[in-house]
Amino acid sequence: MHELSVTQGILQVAVDAATEAGAQRITAIDLVIGDMSSIVDDSVQFYFDLLSRGTLAEGAVLRFRRETASAVCQQCNHQFTVNIPLVPCCPVCQSTQIRISGGRAFYVESIEVDDEHTNCPGNTQRE
Amino acid sequence: MNIPIVQEILSANDEIARENRAVFAQHQLFVVNMMASPGAGKTSLILATIKHLPPDIAPGVIEGDLASSIDADTIAAHNVPVVQINTGGNCHLDAPQIKAALPYLPLDQIKLLFIENVGNLICPAGFDLGANLSLVIASVPEGHDKPYKYPGIFAQADVVVLNKADMIDVFAFDVEYFQRGIAMVNPTVPLFLVSCRTGQGIADWTSWLQHTTQCRTT
Repeated sequence: MHELSVTQGILQVAVDAATEAGAQRITAIDLVIGDMSSIVDDSVQFYFDLLSRGTLAEGAVLRFRRETASAVCQQCNHQFTVNIPLVPCCPVCQSTQIRISGGRAFYVESIEVDDEHTNCPGNTQRE
Repeated sequence: MNIPIVQEILSANDEIARENRAVFAQHQLFVVNMMASPGAGKTSLILATIKHLPPDIAPGVIEGDLASSIDADTIAAHNVPVVQINTGGNCHLDAPQIKAALPYLPLDQIKLLFIENVGNLICPAGFDLGANLSLVIASVPEGHDKPYKYPGIFAQADVVVLNKADMIDVFAFDVEYFQRGIAMVNPTVPLFLVSCRTGQGIADWTSWLQHTTQCRTT
């Protein structure tokens, strides 16, 4: 259910940035989401299609880049990628002493906007 | 054209959380965000903790629920200032809701504010409320695998309380397995085993909380 609030956040960040750049239309939004965040991509896209109606971001595609979480075994130093649910022990030495880091990213990386209507100095040079 | 942004998705919430934190500091108020699944014993822990606090640490409570004022009524019956927030189906509290609730509390008369979040081990984890302490409560009947299934919430806890510890044998709850799961994502977090029913462990937990409250607000 928190996908609704998350989607509102995505839309707000994207629309604010596009407005600041003078863009008229957002065509894509790039997101970086850690694997330790319980977010369902399809659900976010579903809410996004509803919430973005009538905004600059209507019809924009959400592109999800997943940031993996990595585990290090404290016994044998084996490093491996983990997902939810976490494994209780190291796949190599079976030690239960594991430390997990990363996988917590939760941000809008960039947006793709329509070139034609953007008040950006670089844009006029290209034309 | 690509416009780089790199901005947190919940940055609007985080901004209000910062404002809340400033208000709490101004009133020398220590705030605990209590997160747990439904039925873990959030309200019971508030009541058990309040009973053990010295009189100079006056408590207050913000109750977050999908609907109803059952928990707020329970707290109010103990003459503790309480505000009920009904999230109307939303699965977590957010910083703007806390900001809106603050005018209804006597902030200058309370020292320790408990925010009882909506019962849920996923959604509340992402939303900073401006609290000073993130408390995660697990309970024995939920099973010892919770840290493995919901690592996000345990990763950001400042303290973990395991409630219903009097039932450990009944449910064959493996405390070590539970603890190892937490240590994977949060190796130094303190863990307290308590039973709000029997009072086991409540004195240790409360004295830790009291110490932490005094350290942070003086």
